[in-house]
Parts: sequence; C-alpha cells; structure tokens
Amino acid sequence: MDFNLTPEQSEIKDLAMKFAKNEMMPKASHFDEVAQMPIEILEKAWSLGLVNTCIPIEYGGSGFSAIDSMIITEALAYGCMGMNTAIMANDLALLPIVIGGSDEQKKKFLTPFTESYKIAAFCLTEPGNGSDAGGLKTTIKEDGDDVVINGNKMWITNAGYADLFVVYTTMDPTLKHKGITAVVVEKGTPGIEIGKKEDKMGHRCSDTRAITFNNVRVPKSNVLGGMGKGWSIAMKTLDHSRPMVAASAVGGAQCAYEHSVKYAKDRIQFNVPLSSHQAIQFMIADMAMKIEASRLLVHKAAWLLDNGQPNTTLASYAKAFAADSCMQIATDAVQIYGGYGYSKEYPVEKIMRDAKLIQVYEGTSQIQRMVIAKEIFTR
Amino acid sequence: MNIFVCVKQVPDTETKIVPSADGNFIETSSIKWIMNPYDEFAVEQALLIQAANAGSTVTVLRVGSTKDTEALRTAMAMGADDAFLVDAPDNLDSYTIAKALKGAIAKSGKTPDLILSGKQAIDDDCLQVPQILATMLDLPSVSVVVGYEGSATETTLKREVEGGALEVYGVKLPALVACNKGINTPRYASLPGIMKAKKKPLTTLSLADVGVSESDRRVKYSNFTLPPEKPPGKKFDATDAAKMPAVVKDVVGLLRTEAKVI
Repeated sequence: MDFNLTPEQSEIKDLAMKFAKNEMMPKASHFDEVAQMPIEILEKAWSLGLVNTCIPIEYGGSGFSAIDSMIITEALAYGCMGMNTAIMANDLALLPIVIGGSDEQKKKFLTPFTESYKIAAFCLTEPGNGSDAGGLKTTIKEDGDDVVINGNKMWITNAGYADLFVVYTTMDPTLKHKGITAVVVEKGTPGIEIGKKEDKMGHRCSDTRAITFNNVRVPKSNVLGGMGKGWSIAMKTLDHSRPMVAASAVGGAQCAYEHSVKYAKDRIQFNVPLSSHQAIQFMIADMAMKIEASRLLVHKAAWLLDNGQPNTTLASYAKAFAADSCMQIATDAVQIYGGYGYSKEYPVEKIMRDAKLIQVYEGTSQIQRMVIAKEIFTR
Repeated sequence: MNIFVCVKQVPDTETKIVPSADGNFIETSSIKWIMNPYDEFAVEQALLIQAANAGSTVTVLRVGSTKDTEALRTAMAMGADDAFLVDAPDNLDSYTIAKALKGAIAKSGKTPDLILSGKQAIDDDCLQVPQILATMLDLPSVSVVVGYEGSATETTLKREVEGGALEVYGVKLPALVACNKGINTPRYASLPGIMKAKKKPLTTLSLADVGVSESDRRVKYSNFTLPPEKPPGKKFDATDAAKMPAVVKDVVGLLRTEAKVI
C-alpha cells in the first residue's frame, strides 16, 4: 500500500492546478454567463497535454495511467466543472476507440487528436433512452461496404464543435444489448443534423445538443469491435469514465470546500468569525471527510483499472459517493455563505448548479446503486 | 551559446511559515516548494534566447537542500537541457550561495556566454546573489531587467528605474542578467515536458565539490521569530456630519501622540 503520489504525479497535479487557477477559474463565471465553449482555454489545455489523457503512447498520447487521468480531471474540475466537462467528453468519446478499436482504427482516429486540438462527442443517450441505454433505437444497417445510421441522439456534449462522433446504434432494437453497435462518424458526413444548444442549469459553457442522423453512411471499417459488440465496449468505457466523472466531483467539491473555509474565517457574525461557530465547523468537517473518502474511492477504482482488475463496482461506489458528496458540499457551501452564497457575485452559486449534473450524467446516482446492489445480490 | 540560469526554490506563497525549533531558520519539513517566480522569468528568457540561437544549451543551477528538487525539475520540464544541484542547507547567506554557483558553473565544464537569474528571491528578499556572482566571475551585470534583445555576443537591456522610466544598457556578453516581471510570460511546463524532464541529467554536487566550506559563511542566521501580531486598526464613525469635527480632532490628535507621524 502506498497513498503517496509519485514525484511525477505531483508535478502533473501541480501543472493541472496551476492551469485551473490561472487560466480556468478567472474565466469560469464569464463563460457560465455567456454559455459559450471557451475554445481558447481548451486549446491551451490541449497544448499542455491536459486533454485526451486516455490516448496510448503508441498513438501519440502521453501514456498516462488511469490514476494520472484522475489527478488531472480533479484539478481541471477544481478550475471549472463546466470546462472540465468539455475536456472530459473528449476522453469519453475516444475511450471506445481505445478499448474496442483495431490498430488501424486507433491510428486513423486517435492520432489526429494528438496532432492538433480536436473535439469528440460520445453519442449514447436518446430522447427516449437515458438510464435504459440498452433500449436505444438509433439503427445501423449494413449496405455493401458501408453502414447506414438513422435515429436521434440527445444531450450530446461537444456536439456543436465535434470533429468526430462515436455513435451507439442498434442492429435491431429487439436484440437489446446484443444488437448494440458502436461506430465512428466523422464531421461533415452527409445526413448529420446538429440541434440547437441546450440552455442548461449548470455546465453552461459546455456545448450540449441533440443530433439527428438521417441516412448517415460511413464505411463498415468505422464500426468498433464488429457489429453487435458495442455493449461490452460501452460497459468497459464506463469502468474508466465513471471514476473520471467522480474525480471531477472531487475537484468541484474541493473548490467549494476551500471557498467555505476561507469565508468562514473572514466572515464575522456575533463578533466572532463563522469558523468559531460549531454549526459551521461541523459542516466544514463533514466536507473534508467526504472529499477525502471520495478521492480515495476514485483512486482505488482507477488503481484497479491500472492493475487489470475488475473495477465496475468500485467505479459505481466512487461515482455515486463522490457525486452525492459534491452536491451536499456545494449546497452546504451556499449555506455557509448565506445570502451571498445565493448570488452570482460569489463562486459557490455556480458550483452548486454545476454539482447537480454530476449526480445525473454518466449513470445517475440511482443507476450506480442498481449496479452495486446487483453485484451484492447476484454474487 | 552556453546559457546558465540560477534558480532558487522558495516556499509556496500560501505556505504558513513557522520558525524551526532551533530558531536558526524556518521549519521546512511541511513546506511546499516552488520555483522562485522571478527565476521563472529567467528560465523563460533562457529558452527564448536558446530558440533564437541554434545550438545553444540551457543549464539550470540551484544551491539548496536535495529533499525536493521541484525547481530544477520544473525548469527542465519547461525545456532546460540539464541541471546542477549543489546539496547545501537552505539557510546559506548570499555570499556562500554565489560562491557555490560559481563552483557549479566551473564543474559543468562549460564557459558561460550568459547567466540569467531572477532579480530577487521572494523568501528572504536579499537581492544580492546575482551581483555577487557577477563580481566573482568578473562579468558585467544588470538587474531589474524588463526587456532583452540581442545576439550571441551582445545584448540591449531595458531596466526599470523609479517613476516607471527605463534605462537602456548595451552589454557585451558574457554577462549576468537578473530578470524582473514583465520581461516575458513564462510558459507552463507541459505534461510531455514533465515526462521528458525525467530523462534529463541532474547532477548533484556537494559544497566541497564546488570549493565551499563552512568558513565561507559571511552571515549566520539565528533567532527566527514570527513578527508580532498587528493590533487591529482603529475605526472612527464619521458618517454623521455633526460628529465630523470631533472625529477629525481625535484622529489628528492620535496621529500626533500615538502614531507620531505628524
């Protein structure tokens, strides 16, 4: 057992935190307000190697471990959870290629992402299928050397800017999980219709839209892992992406916590700082405990992955616990700030809005509990 | 060009400083170290000059404890080629540090064309090492530099003086240039840079290796204590116009008798 970061991981963390504090935090409120993708900031993050951490070294990536990715994600979410979503969505979309793609597909689709800043979108959710992802209805039909895609996708992060889409489709909805097929669609392919940008509660700078695929034709060589192999690719993707989302919850929570500690020391009520009041002390002690516990769960889920051990249950522990903790911590941060906390003039209001999404996307907190309970009762 | 950069590792600005148990320095065990921010400008300037002069090398030097090599690793992750660390206590005086740096340059086997440093370290604020080192090496030196232009043999430097005016110096290399904020914008050490830095040579030398002994020390530090806590400021309520004359009289009286500034 060793709970220390390696010297290299400490440096990675320092760089990511420096970037979060100097580049992201000062602009977070502005991009939340105008609800626009902070392309310049994202590009700068890419140039420093903070984006696409899942790409293996053979294809031009940095060869980070899962734990390294978690460290980076936590720091970036500390800077702004919304901007981090735009960054993390690239990994989410590229992971199915890393996991299920052939050597040729990896070279073709991953390497360009290491040569310049490109944006990717993971297209799973549909208007009628969120948590019940296996029931998706977007179809894929083989036609000679091509496949043809038809259907609607919803809540697609990065949709308006994506150079590449990884689309989950079904050969036949009655096949359920066995029909699910993951396929890469490149920007500009005829038949892709991008919807208008969603007006969201939080993560407002990230670009979320509906997408319609109307007879979108791509070569069969874009199918990942073969027809009907998409479900297992999706599940393996979640083993990596859920701890990552949990790491973002830790970052957001850490930021809310630090603001709370500072405010509690500065704000005087009844002639003493808030931090002298036990009611406030207890809220802050709870925050500190939950952040540490969340981080340990994230690191363990990532450590299992790095060591080739099953981590699905731990990934769900981490995702549900960190997301629920982040929501609680952000809510308490607003409580500690009182009236000021409810104002956009102070940073915790945005964190509370951003925190909510972490409980919802990438498997709701309830879905995580279903995964955990299934593991307990079918063991 | 052989470019050398002297860097110091200083406590992170958010560190809570406490005196060490023996009072001869500060407690360093729980300090998070960073590269002295003024030295980041020096590293960046060295890399810019290197990029403009093909075949140049950038060597970073540091004198201090070996427990953490943060500053040197950061400099190499930013792009410096190699590093020399002189293992020494963190509370050496400016003279000893300058002498150790001189020894480290000699040990590198390269003759410097240019030595860069920050104008001061943000921990002890001595502002002495660059000038002492330049004197020891018999090199011209300019400090508080905010502008650098030049070739491999000479440089034009802009130096800030009182009132925001600039002095302009034409300097023949080799020389020592101590950088101020404004000279450039330091780059981040990128993640690929961090990975590459692991493979770059970092040579550790002892004080004896660089010809320094305890008798070189000119200043010995002792009795470190925290500054006394500031008493809270006095507030005067002058919101009501009727109270103003009395408040003004009070404040003027206190400025005379208590603060003794008028």
